[in-house]
Amino acid sequence: MRSRIPFRPRDPASHPPMIHPDYRSTVLRGPTRPLVPVPQTLGDLTVPVYGHEAIGELDHDLTRNAARNGEPIGERIVVAGRVLDEEGRPVRRTLVEIWQANAAGRYVHRRDQHHAPLDPNFHGAGRCLTDEEGWYRFVTVRPGPYPWRNHANAWRPSHIHFSLFGPAFVTRLVTQMYFPGDPLLAHDPIFQAVPAAARERLVARFDLELTRPEFATGYRFDIVLRGPAETPVEAGR
Amino acid sequence: MTRLRQTPSQTVGPYFAYALTPEAYGYAAIAGNRPVTAETPGRHLVIEGRVLDGAGDPVEDALVEIWQADARGRYADAPGGGSADFVGFARCGTDAEGRFRFETVKPGRVPGPDGRLMAPHIHVCLTARGLLNHLFTRIYFEDEAEANAADPILSLVPESRRGTLIARRAHRHGALVYRFDIHLQGERETVFFEV
Ligand SMILES: [Fe+3]
Repeated sequence: MRSRIPFRPRDPASHPPMIHPDYRSTVLRGPTRPLVPVPQTLGDLTVPVYGHEAIGELDHDLTRNAARNGEPIGERIVVAGRVLDEEGRPVRRTLVEIWQANAAGRYVHRRDQHHAPLDPNFHGAGRCLTDEEGWYRFVTVRPGPYPWRNHANAWRPSHIHFSLFGPAFVTRLVTQMYFPGDPLLAHDPIFQAVPAAARERLVARFDLELTRPEFATGYRFDIVLRGPAETPVEAGR
Repeated sequence: MTRLRQTPSQTVGPYFAYALTPEAYGYAAIAGNRPVTAETPGRHLVIEGRVLDGAGDPVEDALVEIWQADARGRYADAPGGGSADFVGFARCGTDAEGRFRFETVKPGRVPGPDGRLMAPHIHVCLTARGLLNHLFTRIYFEDEAEANAADPILSLVPESRRGTLIARRAHRHGALVYRFDIHLQGERETVFFEV
């Protein structure tokens, strides 16, 4: 069996705590006991591999992958970026999955009861594989903010949910991308749960190069996953 | 060279189903709750359990993901390394009672950090509304007492808490069923790993 390289630990200065009382659902759901440190073994260092056959031709284009009788309503955007490890190396051919509300702030999900309109031409889910340079790219519409019941008059800032595997089971990341200048960010306990110095990493930036003339504005959102630990070791043989 | 800083984790939120477990929404799933087929070699079994919060209430919007070796102890990670009959990865969203269910085969033994074989186990990644970071744990099997006693990872867990990682064999006509509940908090809080 080929050698497996262990990964650097999750950086506590980058990630939110398990319990952040302002985000009420964490209070009864975040574990209260310290995580038990264990070495990475083969199952941690491997990950399912998906090829292009797993991805539909329109999966990356949310403006078309659920279109029935027209285009979705809203501001068309391109969301693209690179998936990198901590050493700045591209994470190639890795699965990136996204989901989001429509332009009115409504999810297709059955439990979303927000009385904003559904869009018959917008589903809100997409996926793609990164290329050889770690690039992913989606075409979608800008999601609207939506209310939630965390506290009085609580609104989630516009965001797109991201799910990634990376090169190993331990590099898994579930996160959310936000938009620059959103006044709701200051009031959002999920965003604010992230250590202050790390928050800006969740905010995409407007990118004229990604902007397609006469079609869509572009937002750049790079994602950094856990990188290799310094000393490669032989794990399992 | 300066290292890049990790992108912060955020909760999966309550609305992931139509993207990550989307069969019911008319969008093809990348992975269902069966990482095997009826033809896959090995001992076929069912793993079922519930995800419960600190009040003992069901967590109805958790995503449970499993990753495991096949019956011979091999992971299907290399391109083309898996087969049509074994992908080794599966996903299940919990229902209103917090329940999840996987149909799989018992994994074979895989070498551990010191080269010795570990007890059969399944890797679990858990995320949910209210979890700002995903959690890693492992499923071990009750009927592998000897292998469990020598397992290098289980031995790092305080003895009083090891039981939270052991799936209990249940008797159900015809099927081999293991029960594995995940307690996010409380007296029986499941052991989660820093790995
Ligand atoms: Fe959301």
